[in-house]
Amino acid sequence: MLLIRCPYCEETLPEMEFTYAGEAHIVRPENPSDMSDEAWRDFLFIRSNVKGPHFERWRHSHGCARFFNAVRDTVSDRFLTTYKAGEPRPDLASLLSAAGQSESEK
Amino acid sequence: MTHFSAWSLLKNALSGHKNWSEQWPDSEPKAEYDVIIVGAGGHGLGAAHYLAKEHGITNVAVIDKGWLGGGNTGRNTTIIRSNYLYDESARLYDHALDLWEDLSQELNYNVMYSRRGVMMLAHTVHDVQSFQRHIHANRLNGVDNKWLTKEEAKEFCPPLNISPEARYPVMGAALQMRAGTARHDAVAWGFARSAAKRGVDIIQNCPVLAIRRGPDGAVEGVETAKGFIRAKKVAVSAAGHTSVVMETAGLRMPLESYPLQALVSEPVKPIFPCVVMSNSVHAYISQSDKGELVIGSGTDQYTSYSQRGGLPLIEHTVAAITEIFPIFNRMRMLRKWGGIVDVTPDRSAILGKTPVKGLYVNCGWGTGGFKVTPGAAHTLAWTIAKDEPHPINAPFTLDRFTTGRLIDEAAAAAVAH
Repeated sequence: MLLIRCPYCEETLPEMEFTYAGEAHIVRPENPSDMSDEAWRDFLFIRSNVKGPHFERWRHSHGCARFFNAVRDTVSDRFLTTYKAGEPRPDLASLLSAAGQSESEK
Repeated sequence: MTHFSAWSLLKNALSGHKNWSEQWPDSEPKAEYDVIIVGAGGHGLGAAHYLAKEHGITNVAVIDKGWLGGGNTGRNTTIIRSNYLYDESARLYDHALDLWEDLSQELNYNVMYSRRGVMMLAHTVHDVQSFQRHIHANRLNGVDNKWLTKEEAKEFCPPLNISPEARYPVMGAALQMRAGTARHDAVAWGFARSAAKRGVDIIQNCPVLAIRRGPDGAVEGVETAKGFIRAKKVAVSAAGHTSVVMETAGLRMPLESYPLQALVSEPVKPIFPCVVMSNSVHAYISQSDKGELVIGSGTDQYTSYSQRGGLPLIEHTVAAITEIFPIFNRMRMLRKWGGIVDVTPDRSAILGKTPVKGLYVNCGWGTGGFKVTPGAAHTLAWTIAKDEPHPINAPFTLDRFTTGRLIDEAAAAAVAH
């Protein structure tokens, strides 16, 4: 079972309390009527489906009920970090080196 | 290669079964092929079989990063059915069912296709109404499906509890009698043996690293762990890893990869005669020929490549099964596993040509790819050979996500995904 840290509640809690909400940082179109069919396809349907560190949204449904973002490695299912909605995308390189260090400390 | 028959069985029995010849060779790659298929599951090996048998194209390699049939072909719950709602899906899945019926004879390999019937339980008035509508739609499409009262359902599947006092009372069921199960490993092995017999190379433990395209954009071949292999036609049939492979050719796919888990119990004597699915309580169950109860439900909630999945989903699945069949609540579970399934936004497959010349794809089967193995393989082989869509796979294009002509089985689904 995944253990997920809610950045609002500041607690690490079991997966059962959370709902996955898809890829993060997908920006809604500003001028929908100007968009081509291809741009709509990319916005609605194309996902990065990364094998590795994945930026994604979760919702703490059975807690504070707020949406937040996370970086999770989709191969190991390990969370690299979670952060509040609206905060910028964290730097992946420093996250990975931090994860590597904590791994070697064990 | 030995032709399997009662005679060959008897002959080998007399020599203590020590002289059986190998069923297919483990090939090393040649420098060039006419067609390369990425992914040696049932779908990929099946496409190689039909390319060789029906289109005379035998200079074919099927390449896999692991061993053949080691992905989702070996990780599903072996259920076969065709009671899909939309016309496009009904044609495709029923085509697969037609091929299943003669597959053992076609391959000279016993795939143990068992038409034991798939029964879907209705627990609410809404279930009853939507199932009956579904049955009418199926019958208009020539797809076998019929309504059973709860007493008829009990007669068909005696372990069923139809008491109105049950936690989830059974109000009736939809039964597809042509549906059933097959031995999943044997499907991969049968297609592999038949393809290899006709000259197809099966290359295992050789990851495809990238699809190489030439200056004109057309496919030139694949980069693999064993070097570059040239081919003008490449078909990707890599299930959960399809988007990873396709991205190397510069194509971003409308796919997300989720773990789909299943589990089996300890083997017991025959007790369960058919396949039972319940959408409302959300699980499905059948009994394998070895006696294990084979149990599954939906995917985990998050995308992953871990082939593992989380325990909460197993708990949910087992809870659903024991609600419907309390008699199984003290069975011990033997093992569980996960496969990585590639899910499209409309829950229908993508099968056929791509915008890249010489590149074909067979993906997006989500949680239900095993049942369609021969149908997908058969129409994909046609498309590769003729470089044009087969009438049955024609609606399952990649560009429906641009045009909006979706085949929305997600909304119409016979099961929850």
